[in-house]
Amino acid sequence: MNLNDTDFELFGVPATFAQDRAALDARWKELQREAHPDRFAAQGSAAQRLAMQWSVRINEAYQRLKNPIRRAAYLCEQHGAPIAAETNTAMPPAFLMQQMEWRESLDDAHDAAALEALHQEVVAARARILSSLDWLIDEKGDYPEAALQVRALMFIERFAEDVEARLDP
Amino acid sequence: MALLQISEPGQAPDPHQRRIAVGIDLGTTHSLVAAVRNGVAECLPDGEGRVLLPSAVRYLDQDRRQIGYEALAARGTDPANVITSVKRLMGRGLADVANRDAMAYHLSGADAGMVKVQTAAGDKSPIEVSAEILATLRYRAEDTFDDELHGAVITVPAYFDEGQRQATKDAAQLAGLNVLRLISEPTAAAIAYGLDNASEGVYAVYDLGGGTFDISILRLTQGVFEVIATGGDSALGGDDYDHALVGAVLARSGLQARDDGDRSALLVAARSAKEALSQAETTRFVARVGGADVALDLSRGEFEAATAGLTARTIAAVRKALRDARLPAGELQGVVLVGGATRMPQVRRAVAECFGREPLVNLDPDQVVALGAAIQANQLAGNGGSGDLLLLDVIPLSLGLETMGGLVERIVPRNQTIPTAMAQDFTTYKDGQTALALHVVQGERDLVADCRSLARFELRGIPPMTAGAARIRVTFTVDADGLLSVSAREQVSGVEASVVVKPSYGLSDEQIATMLQDSFATAQQDMQARALVEARVDADRMLLATRSALDADGQLLSADELAAIEASMRALQDAQTSDDAAVVEAATKALADGTEAFAAARMNAGIARALSGRQIESL
Repeated sequence: MNLNDTDFELFGVPATFAQDRAALDARWKELQREAHPDRFAAQGSAAQRLAMQWSVRINEAYQRLKNPIRRAAYLCEQHGAPIAAETNTAMPPAFLMQQMEWRESLDDAHDAAALEALHQEVVAARARILSSLDWLIDEKGDYPEAALQVRALMFIERFAEDVEARLDP
Repeated sequence: MALLQISEPGQAPDPHQRRIAVGIDLGTTHSLVAAVRNGVAECLPDGEGRVLLPSAVRYLDQDRRQIGYEALAARGTDPANVITSVKRLMGRGLADVANRDAMAYHLSGADAGMVKVQTAAGDKSPIEVSAEILATLRYRAEDTFDDELHGAVITVPAYFDEGQRQATKDAAQLAGLNVLRLISEPTAAAIAYGLDNASEGVYAVYDLGGGTFDISILRLTQGVFEVIATGGDSALGGDDYDHALVGAVLARSGLQARDDGDRSALLVAARSAKEALSQAETTRFVARVGGADVALDLSRGEFEAATAGLTARTIAAVRKALRDARLPAGELQGVVLVGGATRMPQVRRAVAECFGREPLVNLDPDQVVALGAAIQANQLAGNGGSGDLLLLDVIPLSLGLETMGGLVERIVPRNQTIPTAMAQDFTTYKDGQTALALHVVQGERDLVADCRSLARFELRGIPPMTAGAARIRVTFTVDADGLLSVSAREQVSGVEASVVVKPSYGLSDEQIATMLQDSFATAQQDMQARALVEARVDADRMLLATRSALDADGQLLSADELAAIEASMRALQDAQTSDDAAVVEAATKALADGTEAFAAARMNAGIARALSGRQIESL
């Protein structure tokens, strides 16, 4: 067990997209119980420093594992298909068309009902892609395709935030 | 004949000696110190049996001061030298301070730094004033136990930013306290509350103090207190209700406050009217203003109308925190009220309405924060007791860097569990650029101008490259106290720079050292004596920790490694007899350095044990 272990190794869970959230939460607390600086408060600064490194690493892994998009991105990266969101912006035309339509719908949405409907649509699209990731990563092992879907999810996520900002000013 | 007790070789005569550790609630209106005694957390009273210490300091002249009730009593006669509500000034510049005109004492702020208060003893920083209060509580605790303090947990509002946290830690240091941890007030309240009621589930803590408002949403599971979201306003509290009431009274009576005496009298009268209206429907507002007595009848309705905007602001912050937590209000197990200002009926009503349930109030809202801090302090000091208590707190405000065009690039989002380290890569803007100016800011807004500036530093010596070719990784590290350090490293050349963020309003270590030398009971001799005592206590602490580590995990070491550590321990024991603090400190450091690898091995073993525990379970 060391700081360079993968998030999955650190948490002692299978390196799959499918994860049991309750198990991750429980595991996170279990690990922090061992490593949190508060556990070593009576043992001097060297122990504090080390505990801090562990505690930070455990929090980092937890943040990544509990978020499905970040978890998928991490798995893709580990299998040689990095997301490279800044440089790789090529998306299928159909996806881009849909994004444009959504943007227009958001501009045209002037009441709560219209916003709510759009929000439902976005949430459904997100759920569809997330379930496709289950299959692409855990069953098929098609990481390049999964990486493409993660990039799509990142677009959808950003759009969802914009819709939520309008819904909940 | 009694048998003499002889301890095992290499063991302290009393390895289970308790370390005295206290929790301190440094409040806007009053402060408390609490400790765990015989397994129970309790607030420590002063000589007259009072647990509350009014957070008031009066400067009589260069050398004399009064703290607490005495200082408060002089508010009528010497308003300009009685400093109250100094917590509102911590880590703040002159321009940040609201209600300045209504204050009875005077502020100055010549440079860009923290405000100062003008007193009969000269200009005092809020850190120095707070240190007086903390030192008073420290003496109270030391008198109670007739012993030196091992350390203290100090509470801060959850919504305190970097500058305010750092200022609090500086004040504690100035008061000669060893800060075990800064923890947030609602979290401390949750500890006291949760342990008392053996609660599980999601709770909201609504904490309206004298000068600050916090809302925290926590999940309690088997002794783990996980903060899910936090919000608030570090400049909104019971004081503002007083100010609003003064405004309403002046408007109704057509009077004007002409001097410090008037302002002070009005605020005192407003406070007692506010307290009376928590019990009764009407009260009489009596104050001496402009040499004449003013008396008028006030109803609770009038008071509530004058302060409805303030209550609404707290409820807006509650809704935002619930959104951040992604929880509907109905999913909560309960709502806990903390802080004296939650005694106001309109506040209780608004909270009950917002959450759709009656808030819990079975612990004294004035004491609950100090009690929780004491429980945490006891555990951090290694006295055990509360067993498996673990706090997983968050940072309240996002941390970021200024990028081109005065925009903020967020590096650590708010509500991130601490400790945390997060990094982002940046690049150069111009061809051949060899230096990068980094501006660290805190806040939720997109423009730098709307956020709080924390620190600036530079990364120099970047090899000249075309614009955009350099890869500069900036890492933000927030420790368990919620304090930030930032480092930057150019990935190609390996050039590095870093700062521990001492916000612009904080004090430098040199300033603290100077203040310590100048301050109250610390003449040069005392300083040396104190340093020696502290060095010896540190050495004891280090020896004890090492011994218990060896007892628990000595098998992780080879014979050579064990021999080396034992040699360092013997050297430290020898050094402890020296009268030179530096000699003791050097030997302590040598032992700390020599056991670093062992500490790492132990921690690895601990994590591995946690894992294997799980595997056995799942088989």
